[in-house]
Amino acid sequence: MSRLADTKDVNQKAEGSGFSLLKRQRSRTSASRLLPSAFLLLPAVLFLAVFFLLPLTRILAFSLDASALTAANFRRAFSVLRFTFYQATLSTLLTFLLGLPSAVLFARFDFRGKSLLRALTAIPFMLPTVVVAAGFNALLGPRGLFPFILHLSSFLFPPPSFQFSGTLTAILVAHVFYNTTIVIRIFGNALTNLDPRLEQAARTLGADGLRVWTRVLLPVLRVPLLAAGLLVFLFDFSSFGVVLLLGGPQFSTLEVEIYIQSMQFLNLPMAALLSIIQLLCTLAFSILYTRIVTRSIVPTAPRPSVARRPKTLREKIFVSAFCLLLSAFFIFPIISLPLRSLTRLEADLGQRGEVRYGFTGDYYRELFVNRSGSVFYIPPIEAARNSLGYAAATVALSLALGLPAASALVRPNRAAKLLDSFLLLPLGASAVTLGLGYIITFNKQLPITNYQSLIASPLIIPLAHTVIALPFVIRTLQPALASVPERLRQAAATLGASPLRVWQAVDWPILSRAVLAAATFAFTVSLGEFGAASLLARPDFPTLPVAIARFLSQPGGLNYGQAMAMSTLLMSVTLLGILLIEKARLPGAGEF
Amino acid sequence: MKHKLFLPLAAFCILLAACAPQAAPSQPSAVEASIVTEAPTPSAPLTSGEPVPLTVMTHDSFSISEAALAAFEQANNVKVTFVKSGDAGSTLNKAILSKDAPLADVLYGVDNAFLARALDAGIFEPYESPALVNAPAEFRLDPENRATPVDYDDVCINYDRAFFAKNELAVPQTLDDLIRPEYNGMLVVENPATSSPGLAFLLATIAHFGEPGYLDFWRSLRANGLVVVNDWNAAYYTNFSASSGRGPQPMVVSYATSPAAEVIYSDAALEQSPTASIVGPDTCFRQIEFVGILAGTRQRAAAERFVDFMLSLQFQEDLPLQMFVLPVDPMAILPDSFHQFNEYPDQPATLAPDVIAANRERWIQEWTDAVLR
Repeated sequence: MSRLADTKDVNQKAEGSGFSLLKRQRSRTSASRLLPSAFLLLPAVLFLAVFFLLPLTRILAFSLDASALTAANFRRAFSVLRFTFYQATLSTLLTFLLGLPSAVLFARFDFRGKSLLRALTAIPFMLPTVVVAAGFNALLGPRGLFPFILHLSSFLFPPPSFQFSGTLTAILVAHVFYNTTIVIRIFGNALTNLDPRLEQAARTLGADGLRVWTRVLLPVLRVPLLAAGLLVFLFDFSSFGVVLLLGGPQFSTLEVEIYIQSMQFLNLPMAALLSIIQLLCTLAFSILYTRIVTRSIVPTAPRPSVARRPKTLREKIFVSAFCLLLSAFFIFPIISLPLRSLTRLEADLGQRGEVRYGFTGDYYRELFVNRSGSVFYIPPIEAARNSLGYAAATVALSLALGLPAASALVRPNRAAKLLDSFLLLPLGASAVTLGLGYIITFNKQLPITNYQSLIASPLIIPLAHTVIALPFVIRTLQPALASVPERLRQAAATLGASPLRVWQAVDWPILSRAVLAAATFAFTVSLGEFGAASLLARPDFPTLPVAIARFLSQPGGLNYGQAMAMSTLLMSVTLLGILLIEKARLPGAGEF
Repeated sequence: MKHKLFLPLAAFCILLAACAPQAAPSQPSAVEASIVTEAPTPSAPLTSGEPVPLTVMTHDSFSISEAALAAFEQANNVKVTFVKSGDAGSTLNKAILSKDAPLADVLYGVDNAFLARALDAGIFEPYESPALVNAPAEFRLDPENRATPVDYDDVCINYDRAFFAKNELAVPQTLDDLIRPEYNGMLVVENPATSSPGLAFLLATIAHFGEPGYLDFWRSLRANGLVVVNDWNAAYYTNFSASSGRGPQPMVVSYATSPAAEVIYSDAALEQSPTASIVGPDTCFRQIEFVGILAGTRQRAAAERFVDFMLSLQFQEDLPLQMFVLPVDPMAILPDSFHQFNEYPDQPATLAPDVIAANRERWIQEWTDAVLR
C-alpha cells in the first residue's frame, strides 16, 4: 500500500516539474514511432462499443427502474456480493499457490513432456462445466475411478464415496483447475522473458534464493503478476457455471443470482441492479490495477530461453514433485473422461454392487449414427469443424484488434489510460445480461445476409467470443509489449534500422511468446464457449459443447457415454490446437 | 482524478444509450377477427415459387425427425429454420424481450408453469387450429387459443429398481412416505429457482398439501436428508444411482417417460428398465407444452400451417421418440417401449396457470428459505 502511495506521489511531483515535459516528449516519440495511439486503439474501442457497451447499456436502460431500489433488494444484493467476493478471493489465492510454482517450473526448467504438461494445464480452461462436473464425478463419485482403485487395492466394501459437488471445496477446486493456466501463461512468460542478468547480479552480490525473489524478481514482475491476478480474480468473480453446477443451490454469486432473476423470474429491474453492482466492482478492480501498474517496466532481453535441466538435488526434487502434483491434479480428472468414454458399466439388473467394467468402442461408433433420425443430429466431424472455425475466427479477430490496442496502451496518454480500465469490463460484466442485451440490440432485419437478424446468423458467435477473448489478449500482450527495452529499439534505430525493421528485430522476438499465449487464450475461450455466447440463440452451426449438452439432456447410458466421447473429442481438438499454436515457429520468433 | 475518470465514461455510456433507438410502445393486441380464417386444405402448398421461410424459436430440448420435417416442408413449400434459445424459461423470456422485433414466427415450448406470463406479455397472436378438436379439454388451457397444446409429460420421482430390490426396501407410494426414516438421504431434487422439473415437483407438493402445509413437508424432507442440486443434468447424471453417473441417491425427480429412454438409449440390450416412476396420487405434476404464433409475424399463413402440423398425427407420433414426451392427441399411437417400460400417473397434480404465475416467485422464495437457508 505504501508503495502505491509513493508511486502516486512521485507521479504527482513529476507532473508539476520539468521532468514531466521530458516524459511527455519521450512518450510522444515512442508513440509516433508507428502510428498515433488513437488509431491503434480505435478498432478495439469501436468493436467493444458496438458489441459490448451498446447491448449492455440498452438492456440496462430497458430494465432498470426505481422498483428495484428497495432496502430488501440491497440487503440481498449485499449478501450475494459478500459471498462472491469471498469465494473469488479464496479461489485466486489458491490458484496462485499452485500457479506460481508451476510458472517457475515451466519458465526455468526443461524436462521430458514439458510442452505436453503445459498444454494439459490449459485444457480445463475450455471444458464445459457440465463436463468438468462429470469428470470429477467419474473420478471421485461413488462408482468413480478413485473409489474403484481403493476398492481393488484394499478390498474395502462398500467402496468409500466422496461428496464433492455441492460444497465450497468443489467451487474452489474447480476454479483452481480452470484458472491455473492463466498464471502459468502470463506470469510464466514474463519470467521467461526476464533479463537473467538481473538475477545473476543479485546472486553475485550475495543474495540467496528467497532474497532474489522477494527483493528482485517479484517487484520487477509485479505487472504480469497483477495482470494474471486480476484476470483470475475477475474470472472467479463472475463465475457462473462452476457455482451453479458444482456449488449447487446453497451458493449464489452475483452472476448466478442475475441468471435466476432475469431468466426464471423475469425480474429485470433486480437483475439490472445486480449487473450494475457487478460492473462497478469490475471497473473498480481494473482502475486499481491500472493505477498500480502505470509505468512499471520489466527489463527483458530477447535471448534464448534460460530454461535448463534441473541440476542440484533441491531442483530435482522441486521439478519432480511439481510435475507429479500437476499431473495428478490435471491429468486425473481429464483422463477420467476418455477412460469413461471407452468403458461400459454393466450393472446387471438386480445384482447391484457387482458392477462389471468392460471396454467398448460403442460410444464412438454411435456418434456417427443418427439413431432417432433427428434433424438436430450433430455429426462429430461437423461439430469439430464448426468449433474450430469459430475458434480460428475468434483468434484472428481478437489478435487483429488486440495487438494494436495493447501497443497503444504500453505508453498511454490520459484518454488511453481511461480506456485501459474499460477494456477489461467484458470479463467481469454479467454474461447473462449481455446475452439479453444482444437479443434486444441485434434482432433487427439485416440487409446483407440471408439471416433474419444478426442474432440469428452464425457471425454473432465469433463476435461474442471475441468480446470475452479480447481482454485476455490485451492483458497478455500489454506486459510483454511494455517489457521491450527502449534502449534496444534506440540502438537499432541508431544503427539505421527502419521502424518496421526495429519492430521485426527487437519487438517481435520478445512479443512472439505473448502472442502465442494470447492466441491460446482466444482459442480456448472460443472452444469452451463460456460467457454470453452460450446464452445467445443457437444458429445452424452446432459446436462440440452444444453436442455434449444435447447428449446430457436425455436419460440413458448411451447418451452419457456419447457425451463422454464427444468431450474426449473436444479435449483432443483443444490439445492439438494448443500444441500446434505452441509449436508454430513464427518467423524470427527464435527458440521457445 | 476520479471525476476525470468517471465523467467521460459516463458521458460515453449515455451517448450510446441515446443513440440506441427507443423501444417502440408495445403493439396493440392482434385483431380478434383474425381468429376465423379459412383453413386451407393441408395438401396445397402456400406458393409455387421459392419456399416460404419460417423461423421457429424453441428450447434446447426440441427435436423432430428429418422425415417429418421434410414432409411438412414439401407439402407446404416452406423452409423451416429453428432457433434454439436455452432452457424453457430463457427461451420465453428472450421472446418477451424481443417482442417488438420478433426473432421468429412461431414459438414452441412454453409450459403451463410459464403460460400465464407468455399470455400476459401479449407475445402470441390467436389462432384456432382446426386440428385442435382432437386435443382433450384438460390440455386446452387458453380459451382464446393464443397458445396451442402440443404435448405433455408428468414430472415424477424415478427410482433405482435394483437398489430397492437388493435392499428389500418397499418403494414409497405417496409424498408422505418420502419423509419416513428408511428413506433417509435417498432423494435428490432440482432447485425450483433454476430448473423446470424442480419447479414442477414443488408445484405438485403445493397442490397436494396446500399452503402453508407444503413448507412443513419440505422441512421434514430436509430433515430426512434431502439433496438439492441446481439442474436436471446434475441430479440425474451426478446424483442418481441408476443412471450412468452412478451417484449416491436412488430416487430423483425426473419424468414419467425417463424409464423408456433408459432402455432405448441403454449401453446393452435391456429387457427391463433400470428405473421406474412413483405414480401415486399427486406425486407427479403434469407439464403441458404449448406452441404459439408470435405477434408481428410476416409469415402468418406458414405459421398456421406449422401449428396445424404440430397437431397432425405425423408429428404427434414423431414426438415420443424425439423428445420423450407424450402427444396430446389420444389417437396418436405410442411406441411399444412407452407402454412396456413407463408407468403413468392416474391422478397427476395440476395447478391453474394464473395461480402459478401469481404465486411462483413467492413460493420459490419461501421454499428457498425453508430448504436451503
